[in-house]
Amino acid sequence: MNNETIPQVDPPKAVVEARGLDLTFQTKDSPIQALKDVSLTIEQGDFVSFIGPSGCGKTTFLRCIAALEQPTGGNLTVNGMTPDEARRSRAYGYVFQAAGLYPWRTIAKNIKLPLEIMGYSRADQDERVKKVLQLVDLEGFGGKFPWQLSGGMQQRASIARALAFDADILLMDEPFGALDEIVRDHLNEQLLKLWERTNKTIAFVTHSIPEAVYLSTRIVVMSPRPGRITDVIESPLPKERPLDIRDTPEFLEVAHRVREGLRAGHAYDD
Amino acid sequence: MMAWVFGSLLFWAAAWALNVRLSRLSAPWVRFFVPALFGMTVIIVWEGMVRGFGVNPVLLPAPSAIAATFVGEIPTLWGDLVQTFFKGALSGYVIGCTAGVLTAIAVDRSPFLQRGLLPVGNFVAALPIVGMAPILVMWFGFGWQSKAAVVVVMVFFPMLVNAVEGLRASETMQRDLMHTYAATPGQGLRKLRLPAAMPFIFNGLKICTTLALIGAIVAEFFGSPIKGMGFRISTEVGRLALDMVWAEIVVAAIVGSAFYGAVALAERVITFWHPSQRG
Repeated sequence: MNNETIPQVDPPKAVVEARGLDLTFQTKDSPIQALKDVSLTIEQGDFVSFIGPSGCGKTTFLRCIAALEQPTGGNLTVNGMTPDEARRSRAYGYVFQAAGLYPWRTIAKNIKLPLEIMGYSRADQDERVKKVLQLVDLEGFGGKFPWQLSGGMQQRASIARALAFDADILLMDEPFGALDEIVRDHLNEQLLKLWERTNKTIAFVTHSIPEAVYLSTRIVVMSPRPGRITDVIESPLPKERPLDIRDTPEFLEVAHRVREGLRAGHAYDD
Repeated sequence: MMAWVFGSLLFWAAAWALNVRLSRLSAPWVRFFVPALFGMTVIIVWEGMVRGFGVNPVLLPAPSAIAATFVGEIPTLWGDLVQTFFKGALSGYVIGCTAGVLTAIAVDRSPFLQRGLLPVGNFVAALPIVGMAPILVMWFGFGWQSKAAVVVVMVFFPMLVNAVEGLRASETMQRDLMHTYAATPGQGLRKLRLPAAMPFIFNGLKICTTLALIGAIVAEFFGSPIKGMGFRISTEVGRLALDMVWAEIVVAAIVGSAFYGAVALAERVITFWHPSQRG
């Protein structure tokens, strides 16, 4: 590890900055506070995981960054802009829980969808599709329709779709939640390599402690009712992470701390 | 005379036995042969009964008599078909269905129209066609234009309802995705909402094929030039020439099935991706 000897030229740039963020949903019965006083800074090149039980607001926070939800209080900037301005300037790619590919389009055409909307040239589109298909290990599947592929391949295609355009933020909402353990391990490994190669900033929502610890540079532990941040853990793990790092004491220690944080924040009152 | 009755019953029994055997086979031609044989049996029993019992041709003409009229009157039948189907039904179908889809897009964009227009559409759809048809014939004249107008009134609402439903069919996640791309409403419509609506739109288009033919034929009962399938049916009934009426019915059945089949074929090609079409 001689990373420390390289002089840092630029101070890390804040990509997402949340200060005292509140969000209350008005429902028929009673208002539900989904986020309460959430403050967090995500820096350029970070891989931040959000972990917590259902209803802790991790997905809501991600959707706030994507301007899919409007916070009711506090301050949130993305690349120094409001989330909606960031959305209009196409600052991020969003990967949803399900692949959400359009069944009438081939995989290649699905990946082209954002490119068509954003007005990339034909030649550029083809080149980018080729590049991202390679990145997610789906070469040769561009002509297939989504329903002809397995769930894991579909999810990889949806990641490729989010990578195809020049957004330096990748927002991922439990992208591997519906996949089995083996596929998930494989995709986690690929995602880390991809993050290293592309130097994107990634915000990643998950239910899984090993997944969060394996992937992240920082782990944000959240707890429900109201959704809030209970712990932020800086990972001591090196950037280079083979799958078997998960058996090292350092890994287990971080996992333990995450578990403790989850337990402390979770009131078993129901 | 009884030979006709027994002969046809014998054919029925033989065809039945054959079909029972054939239906156990899985060769591809069986799928077409079994229903064809069944249809042939119906016609032969019909022919045998009519001849054997000497049924009055006004009540029920023999299939052979209908076939003879059909062949002999092809120029007339063709003229009627052009008048009723190609001019009246088809133009009304195209205008009504297009208007239905365009209105659905407008309704989808505007909550105001959704509240105001859908109930009005519902109201128009509830008007009885036999009441509307004479009024529209008064307004648009005896020519095919009034028949097209009746068809428009008939197909507009089913098409509207199906298309509105279809435009809501895209999933929240797919719409969120378009939102994250900062897609314009037009792009969202072209690249997501319309393709997702296609199975519903085709459902409406299929329902409207039969409505269009019925509407155009019925509208001719209330006034038309001296051609058209509806005109022919109403006048030939008056002349007790039931073989001609049956010949028109045969034409209507063939054209109606072909029309429906063509739309269903287009559906297979365009919505190949839908689970109901993947097969």
